[in-house]
Amino acid sequence: MNILEISHLSKAFENHVALKDINLSIPKGSIFGLLGPNGAGKTTLIRIINQIIDANEGEIFFRNEKLHPKHIPFIGYLPEERGLYKKMKVWDQLIFFARLKGMSLDEAKSKVNFWLDKLAIQTWKEKKIEDLSKGMAQKIQFIATVIHEPELLILDEPFSGFDPVNAELIKNEILELREKGITIVLSTHRMESIELLCDQIAMIHRSELILSGGLLEVKRKFRNKIYKVILEPRGELDVPKEWKSITIGNQIILEVPLQQKSPNMLLNEMIALGEVQGFSEIIPTMEEIFIQQIKSHSYE
Amino acid sequence: MNKVFLVIQREYLARVKKKSFLFATILTPLIFPTVMGIFLWIAVGEEKGASLRIIEVVDENNLFFLESRDQYAFSFSKVDIEEGKRQVQSGERFGFLYIPKIQLDNPSGITYFGETNPSMTFIADMESSLKRRIEEQRMMESGIDPKVLDAYRTRVSIQSITLDNSGNEKITDATINYGIGFFTGILIYIFIFVYGNQIMQGVIEEKSSRIIEILVSSIKPFQLMLGKIIGIGAVGLTQFLIWLMLIAGVSSIVIGYFGMQMPQQTAMELASPAMTEMSNMNISNDYSEILQVIGGIDFVKIALTFIFYFIGGYLLYGSFFAAIGAAVDTPSDAQQFMLPVTIPLLIAYLGLFVFVLDDPNSNVSFWLSVVPFTSPIAMMGRASYGVPFFDLALSMSLLIVGFLFTTWMAGKIYKIGILMHGSKVNYKTLWKWIKMN
Repeated sequence: MNILEISHLSKAFENHVALKDINLSIPKGSIFGLLGPNGAGKTTLIRIINQIIDANEGEIFFRNEKLHPKHIPFIGYLPEERGLYKKMKVWDQLIFFARLKGMSLDEAKSKVNFWLDKLAIQTWKEKKIEDLSKGMAQKIQFIATVIHEPELLILDEPFSGFDPVNAELIKNEILELREKGITIVLSTHRMESIELLCDQIAMIHRSELILSGGLLEVKRKFRNKIYKVILEPRGELDVPKEWKSITIGNQIILEVPLQQKSPNMLLNEMIALGEVQGFSEIIPTMEEIFIQQIKSHSYE
Repeated sequence: MNKVFLVIQREYLARVKKKSFLFATILTPLIFPTVMGIFLWIAVGEEKGASLRIIEVVDENNLFFLESRDQYAFSFSKVDIEEGKRQVQSGERFGFLYIPKIQLDNPSGITYFGETNPSMTFIADMESSLKRRIEEQRMMESGIDPKVLDAYRTRVSIQSITLDNSGNEKITDATINYGIGFFTGILIYIFIFVYGNQIMQGVIEEKSSRIIEILVSSIKPFQLMLGKIIGIGAVGLTQFLIWLMLIAGVSSIVIGYFGMQMPQQTAMELASPAMTEMSNMNISNDYSEILQVIGGIDFVKIALTFIFYFIGGYLLYGSFFAAIGAAVDTPSDAQQFMLPVTIPLLIAYLGLFVFVLDDPNSNVSFWLSVVPFTSPIAMMGRASYGVPFFDLALSMSLLIVGFLFTTWMAGKIYKIGILMHGSKVNYKTLWKWIKMN
């Protein structure tokens, strides 16, 4: 089942088109990576899903219902630009945001306590945000985003501003939330976190959706059928021009295109040349796919 | 609506809980009396400490006599002008008044020399003394005895009574009405500016710290704006309520204290020594009249009118302030949009003094008290004198329509503005935002 179904969504501002005919399905329980360079239209899409702004055309369905303000309590949003009331105490602030999402006062209190315990930050309760460090404030911001237990969580660059320890903490929280069946939309430039966390991805470039699907699916689509072979050759090896090769000691590392052959046929050929120490397909990283996609679409 | 209430609550508590609120609330009512007290103290000290200022007078006519006062003493002599000037320069004399031979029907050439520029009251004092003497002299010359004329001088005061439709009579006194209109009008003017600015600062804070993005993903921008305006307004009302109680408390203590110390009449005499010179009969009459006048003023009606225009005016301008805050990135950018707010408020403020308090029933007063942008301030000037029902109803309904309109318009600017960062905004862009859906 898809928690979010976006069909033919378009949005134009006064001077430019921000989104052009976007179609997307976000499966329930997935971690969905939203990629794209700056200014591609990601934030606009996120704002439309959060009902901060309206689309010009197209429709969004949340749990098969047309998106409506009544769905607000089921969506959590961590904007890229973080902000909290500087002069407000941590406790008051979290209660305020929880209640704004429709929780009762008692519910809000117990949930805030739960999260303060979980992250072991009960002692911050009476502190004002302006007295906290940036990383500490980020944690509070994260709690404010998930406090009302949304079914759909939209995180815009969630790792920016965190040191590696805290980034790991947040990463684990995200994985834990997924275990609970919460769907997470992750918008980020960090391709390594996309590879680590996401099952599904979509790439937006110049207001258009240029790529979408399961992470492995996408990666397979972009494989070049090139194999990496580590070989200890018998005698002198005559390397063809189209093969890349690096010699390290008595080993030679080759990148060999498969061409019309099957992997087994290639392996047999290699065995004939010498001792095969390693044989694997080169699958492009998301970073490579990202850069390649952006470049190819920019030159069109 | 529940969410609007949450925002109201947050805005209210965030401000009332601050220490600065407590200080401002307690100190502000003390500031004015304190400043006045300091000035009085300095003035009294100066009067007591100042050495007697001697002014040399040379009168070529041998006609004038100037009576010495607290600080000034006049010494008459026949020195020549140069000698008089020298005495001033050397500091022997404070000033030197030279009266040449004059014609009584056209006195001219009277000159005062001083080391410093004399105060206006001092010059006016001397002028009136000289004038009186010249007038007396001329009357004598035409055979009129000034004493006879004095005997004919009469004091007249008109007691004004208003009649309402049901034939009730009320003694009125324009001075008291003036005072009430003046005070309440200014109060609304200050309230709009002070709390309107707080709205603007609050919106800018939310916008520049990017809290706005989280807020508007949970609540409609219009609700957020409304909650903010109402919450801050409630802070203002609380503050005024506390002031009112403070003033009532302090004045009842003061009145209680002085009331025990001296009978009313002595208090009155103390308050205005000049009045004791008049017949004592008059005082008690005047006093009971003042009581009657105060009793005749419908304070409940004025208070209700005040509360209505207080809130109405605040809401009307509050949404403007919110829209300005939403359109800019920093408080310093807000200056360029302040004109549409300050101009009508200044017109209302000046109109109150120049037209409304002067003649509450003139055409200008009518229009000032009916147009929603000026009515909250201008109407208070009329309210204390009593306003025809039709005028009041028209003005109130126009104010309601007015603030609904400005809130609607501001809401549109606010909705778009709060998500705009770093882009240059001018009146043209604002107009585009209003036209957008």
